Amino acid sequence: MLGENKIREIAHQVLGFSKAHQTEVIVHVTDSALTRFANSSIHQNVAESDTQVRVRVVYGKKIGVASSNDLSPEALQRTVETARAIAQAQSEDPEFDSLPTPQPIRRVEAFSEATAGFSPEQRAQVVSVLCKQARARNVIAAGAFSTTVSEIAVANSLGLFAYHAGTYADINTVMMTDTSSGYASFTHQDARAVNAEALANEAIDKALRSRNPTTIAPGEYTVLLEEYAVFDMLNFFAMLSFTAQAMQEERSFMKGKLGERVMDARVTIWDDGCTPEAIPLPFDFEGVPRQKVMFVENGIARGVVYDTATARREGKTSTGHSLPAPNTMGPYAMHVLMAPGDTPKSEMLKTIERGIWVTRFWYTRPVHPMKVLVTGMTRDGTFLIENGEVTQPLKNLRFTTSYLDAFNHVRAISRETRLFYNDWGGASRVAPAMVVDGFRFTGATQ
Amino acid sequence: MKDIATRALNLAQMRGATYADIRVVARDTQRLAVKNGKVEVIQQDETQGFGVRVIVNGAWGFAASSRVEMRQVEEVVARAVAIAKASALVKTHDVHLGDPISIKESYTTPIKINPFTVPLSTKIDLLLRADEAMRRVPGVKVTRAEMAFVREDKLLASTEDSLINQEIIESGCGIVALATDWNTGEVQVRSYPNSVGRHQQTRGYEFILEQKLVENAPRVAEEAVALLTADQCPSYDATTLILDSSQLALQIHESCGHPIELDRVLGSEAAYAGTSFLTPEKLGRFRYGSEVVNIVADATVPGGLGTFGFDDEGVPAQRTDIVRNGIFVGYLTSRETAQQLGLGQSNGAMRADGWARPPIIRMTNINLLPGTWDVNDLIADTDDGIWMETNRSWSIDDKRLNFQFGTEIAWEIKKGKKTRLLKNATYTGITPEFWRSCDAVCNEKSWIVWGTPNCGKGQPPQVAHTGHGAAPARFRNVRVGVIK
Repeated sequence: MLGENKIREIAHQVLGFSKAHQTEVIVHVTDSALTRFANSSIHQNVAESDTQVRVRVVYGKKIGVASSNDLSPEALQRTVETARAIAQAQSEDPEFDSLPTPQPIRRVEAFSEATAGFSPEQRAQVVSVLCKQARARNVIAAGAFSTTVSEIAVANSLGLFAYHAGTYADINTVMMTDTSSGYASFTHQDARAVNAEALANEAIDKALRSRNPTTIAPGEYTVLLEEYAVFDMLNFFAMLSFTAQAMQEERSFMKGKLGERVMDARVTIWDDGCTPEAIPLPFDFEGVPRQKVMFVENGIARGVVYDTATARREGKTSTGHSLPAPNTMGPYAMHVLMAPGDTPKSEMLKTIERGIWVTRFWYTRPVHPMKVLVTGMTRDGTFLIENGEVTQPLKNLRFTTSYLDAFNHVRAISRETRLFYNDWGGASRVAPAMVVDGFRFTGATQ
Repeated sequence: MKDIATRALNLAQMRGATYADIRVVARDTQRLAVKNGKVEVIQQDETQGFGVRVIVNGAWGFAASSRVEMRQVEEVVARAVAIAKASALVKTHDVHLGDPISIKESYTTPIKINPFTVPLSTKIDLLLRADEAMRRVPGVKVTRAEMAFVREDKLLASTEDSLINQEIIESGCGIVALATDWNTGEVQVRSYPNSVGRHQQTRGYEFILEQKLVENAPRVAEEAVALLTADQCPSYDATTLILDSSQLALQIHESCGHPIELDRVLGSEAAYAGTSFLTPEKLGRFRYGSEVVNIVADATVPGGLGTFGFDDEGVPAQRTDIVRNGIFVGYLTSRETAQQLGLGQSNGAMRADGWARPPIIRMTNINLLPGTWDVNDLIADTDDGIWMETNRSWSIDDKRLNFQFGTEIAWEIKKGKKTRLLKNATYTGITPEFWRSCDAVCNEKSWIVWGTPNCGKGQPPQVAHTGHGAAPARFRNVRVGVIK
């Protein structure tokens, strides 16, 4: 960890090297560690420290970007020079107006000293509990436990400086028998909040209950989707639907639907980069404060996220959802939350006469962006529900179904929600469990 | 760099490591992208650092830092050793690597034109011309053209006295046209030479020139627009399917490349990527495919994204049989997993994503060897079926058995001819049933080593660049079309 003062010093050093009309620098410090276990023992255990400096220079309407993780003054100067050379080779961007000017940024407490100081022995201790529980109940444990310290700062030559430091701990486990598996995960700002025994029990119970699964014919079923599965669905809406760029390119179902009913009236989904319920980051990668953006409110489409470029196209202001430049993806919702419902999760089962319990989805991929049509598999605990009770475990099923249709056929939403962190997108989500009708399964595995 | 490596290895041994290696890596990446006639991306990224891997008390530890300085070495080695000692608290067996490997050599990707010396303006001009050629086609909504270049310098040194320098260079490019019809809600896309942004090889700028992006741009755009009004791909419980070589490359990647990774097979990836249906008792006796299916892992094939001199444990690049005449005969291995299964020496498949991550088993170039058919003869020989081309979506289960792929474009084949254009084509199956139904593989004239520059695996996540040689092939009794 470098700390705010040192990062400010690096940023000012870079800005001082640049002779561009406008210059932006992003400093991203990460210090992370991860303990991985399989076959009920630790087999991979790693730590890494990195500091990346990304420089964007603007000459008129020509822009160049370069990055390096070498913090020596010579390397920082070289990075600025590389960005300048790139800008000179660029054609003008007629849509570019200016880098953002400073705006007040809310300080959000997201740092845990305990997580930052969590040692390899402490991680091993947590993993040890999981592995011991597994051995005691005759299953095999696998999983990963990571702790991360992250510092992000954005500064520009217009006087903007934004800094945020945060931590999170993320643990997941798959418990396995010869014929089945069960899953559990937990994410929190504070690594001490991990309850290894509870996690182990959740995953082991499910693994034991799903032994010797049977097959079921593909078709449309009512499903109980645990929070893990709904997390996946929120990821797809964030990627395919809730962004201005997808709307502008006519790839999102939200286009032309603002103010109209697009989902069940019980569904409310929004983005909030400042809430401690998620893993907060109160500004985007241009240093613009993140606004709370309502996507769907009681089923009505309300809005999407913008960065500076997409906002300018529509004469709007950025909502603070830019990714680092140069960005071809457009704006991105990094903190998606779905409102809980009024049904206790323990009672959701009772509402289903015949259906399927899905613990989580696996290897989901978009098939048709406009319909949010997605294919994927169930994994780590799939069960048949009959007359409000789980009656037998099922082999994993392939689905090819519209997530948008699913959110229009909601029977119940749980009171409880869970926090998740997405390794690949660097995003956090808060999801409830749901009961959905007409979920379409198209195949099964062996 | 050699001084830093020597210091790190000495420190590791002094702190109790029975084995240690260090990789010092510097990677430069250049990305260029043009979208809708506008230069959207010119970006140059440099990253450097070193990672130290140790075995202490019979267990692994790994630590890495971006600060390649002598004073940082001590801290990183101490961290790696402390981590290994913590690992040893929850272990079931000691790590064994087999016979020591001591190699002092170097390797450089053979290229004709260094892509980093080609002026940015030359590259941008080519991309703009390709983009413009697509935009001239009425009905196209979004056009995009891109290039990417990678140069990685890496040094590997170990306490077994290996010292290996490598320079790997990659060049990649691609174009894509998107057409939409708001009234019908239809979104169609066509890519060239491959989807997911680009096709890539371990070659120089000559690879970019050979792809002829501008010449192919009008066809790509016209196909995207034509797909808007094309017929929906029908659903069949069983029909004949011919896959073009790029789609077949991804089929190989997902349904052969991943299940032969021995770390998956032994359970190391169980919580994330999953395990494998190719369990050890099947080695040498399981019928994976038909007699015409021959697959190798070949880290020596020219231009493959999995081509190098040595893997990241210092094992020399090699070619290994994976499926011979349809029988499963080989895994991708590391030094440790080869010992665990009694397979002798590793076949060199340990690859790390940069300096910050430890090597894990990754694909090199997993190639379906060419068959005997001319592609035109294969179509002429097919009475009733579907030709599918260029991947659009992919999904497979955690044992790599049940898969579903979608392609950007398809054509009906009737009486030996490609006829009706079809949109939203998908096919699904079970891996060994699918490969056993393969009755024809095309010859070397249509055999291409495709690059997959986006293969994700591991925790923390690592992205690998893998290669897949393939020619079009025919499969019987395949389930096609599940989209409503």
